[in-house]
Amino acid sequence: MTTLTKPEAQPTPQGSEHFLSVRDLYVQFATEDGTVKAVDGLSFDLDRGKTLGIVGESGSGKSVTNLAILGLHNPRNTTIAGEIVLDGQELTGASPRTLEKMRGKKMSMVFQDSLTALSPYYTVGRQIAEPYMKHMGASKKEAKDRAIEMLARVGIPQPKTRVDDYPHQFSGGMRQRAMIAMALVCDPELVIADEPTTALDVTVQAQILDLLKDLQQETGTAIIFITHDLGVIANMADDVLVMYAGRAVERGTVRDILKTPEHPYAWGLLGSIPRLSADVDVPLAPIPGSPPSLLNPPSGCPFHTRCAFVDTVGGDRCSTERPLLPAGRGSACHLTVAQKRDIFTEQIQPRLR
Amino acid sequence: MLRFLTRRVLGAIIILLLISIVTYFLFFVLPADPARLACGKNCSNPDLVAAIHHRMGLDLPIYQQWWDYIKGIFVGRTMPDGQNCGAPCFGFSFANDTAIWPLLKDRYPTTFSLAVGGSAAFLIIGVGLGMLSAWQQGKTFDRFASSISLIGNSVQIYFIGPLAIALFADNLGWFDHGHDPTWTSDPIGSLNGLVLPCLVMSVIFWSNYSRQTRSLMVEQLSEDHIRTARAKGMGSKYVFYRYALRGAAASIITIFGIDLGSVFGGAIITEYTFGLHGLGNLAVNAVGQRDLPLEMAVMLFSASAIVIFNIVVDAAYAIIDPRIRLA
Repeated sequence: MTTLTKPEAQPTPQGSEHFLSVRDLYVQFATEDGTVKAVDGLSFDLDRGKTLGIVGESGSGKSVTNLAILGLHNPRNTTIAGEIVLDGQELTGASPRTLEKMRGKKMSMVFQDSLTALSPYYTVGRQIAEPYMKHMGASKKEAKDRAIEMLARVGIPQPKTRVDDYPHQFSGGMRQRAMIAMALVCDPELVIADEPTTALDVTVQAQILDLLKDLQQETGTAIIFITHDLGVIANMADDVLVMYAGRAVERGTVRDILKTPEHPYAWGLLGSIPRLSADVDVPLAPIPGSPPSLLNPPSGCPFHTRCAFVDTVGGDRCSTERPLLPAGRGSACHLTVAQKRDIFTEQIQPRLR
Repeated sequence: MLRFLTRRVLGAIIILLLISIVTYFLFFVLPADPARLACGKNCSNPDLVAAIHHRMGLDLPIYQQWWDYIKGIFVGRTMPDGQNCGAPCFGFSFANDTAIWPLLKDRYPTTFSLAVGGSAAFLIIGVGLGMLSAWQQGKTFDRFASSISLIGNSVQIYFIGPLAIALFADNLGWFDHGHDPTWTSDPIGSLNGLVLPCLVMSVIFWSNYSRQTRSLMVEQLSEDHIRTARAKGMGSKYVFYRYALRGAAASIITIFGIDLGSVFGGAIITEYTFGLHGLGNLAVNAVGQRDLPLEMAVMLFSASAIVIFNIVVDAAYAIIDPRIRLA
């Protein structure tokens, strides 16, 4: 383990054999109003066959991080600094051609809204077959057979006829399955799923999650799962990264994050989940305020404007000094380990039952 | 598809009938009397005027006249002065008593050639420029093309027309002065004589197309499904042509259909600038000479062109966008 010299220390020492390593990633957009610091010094690792859940509110930098991994940001107004290494290949400095060859083959993405994310003008089969033809050099016939095979694999009934349907002829759940088929058609080693179940109803959501897990077991892909739904995280993830204002504020295993969260923001997230077993008279406890502007993020700890424990830390430490995220399990908060434990067991946990 | 076509064709016929009614009745709202053109100095003689009115059929009730005219188009008719007029009969000109249908047939090749050439020119140049601008979005070419479009939008045919004639025909000698095509006897000369009119006519249209295409493409390129296509590793050019252009095509075709209708109905200013004798020229003469049968014929032709191209455009939608099923 390294010492805490950087805003975020390395999760593990350099040179270790992680499948995906993100180090000190900064993503900034130039806009008319100034520079948006969408991702502000983010580091994480992911191994093959594992799932990393990234949680956070809208605008916390979850999606931007993953678009940066794929190289899908707009080069005209985006600056990216830091390191993204996928299977030994550096991605932040890679040429557009290199990235293009890797996208869809080595790494692929499942998007959120399958109605807008699939082209309305081409059949589902063609859209699945396209990357297979491009990356595998397959013929039209081979690619179509592969598309049918993939549709069958993701559980679409009568794949031989459905392959010629257009996206609008599919139901929402089937479209999402088709999208997964499209992402997996070239057997990628990294799949990024950006809120893939948000637009679906709960039963379909569960089916899609099961499908992703099954496919992961078959192929050993690494998955980055972006969501704001902690229930989904509990179901899917091995490790979890909690993001706030473009930074990772807490990191741990899924058990750590759900059972013994350390960061006040993570407490807030857990506290805002309605529970069927809860007393009907106890109101939900949402996090007060709204996410900070990334044009002009708060000084010090970005969460201090909404945090109830600023006084517990004392002084003006929270608004002046940026807390560091320790390596491995830990959270970026000025509260001491003992304070975190005590506040959680005494004040937070009782509310979560 | 068949149901769609039947419904649209029926609708088109009703629209054309309405247009013919409005045209016919509007003619009588205006105070001028077409008979006065025929009698000239002798118009002080009321008997003569009445005789001319009878010969032109103007002594009948207006709805009767209109009905005779419309019926004549389909089954032919015998004119009030005893002349026989076989279907399709658009009557005889008030101005010089010639049959109108042969006149239309004589003039239409000019309008048709000008419309085909001009619309091909503005579609290719306009959409091409717009696509290049979208591809080069924000770069020098994009700004250059926007300025050119603005200029194209603000110039007039009667300004650049003579300029183009002076430069390309008189000084450089690349093309003929504009003249009516005679495809059967002199195809090459016909083509040569149409180059300048077509190009000049296209200028006022293509600026619109380049700007529309550019903004449609830019809008399309920011769509989610474009990002998906890029996320699965498709190249930028492939995504640009196969995904973005496909999305922009439906809207481009809409405006193209409307413009096609108007150029096939005759391009008055272009025809005048280049001394061509097409439908536009005929329309101006008809209105100037209070020539009701000719006015009706030209109006029906132009309106039919617009209505037909609208149906074609709607059918083309279904081919471009599979979400639209015609019924």
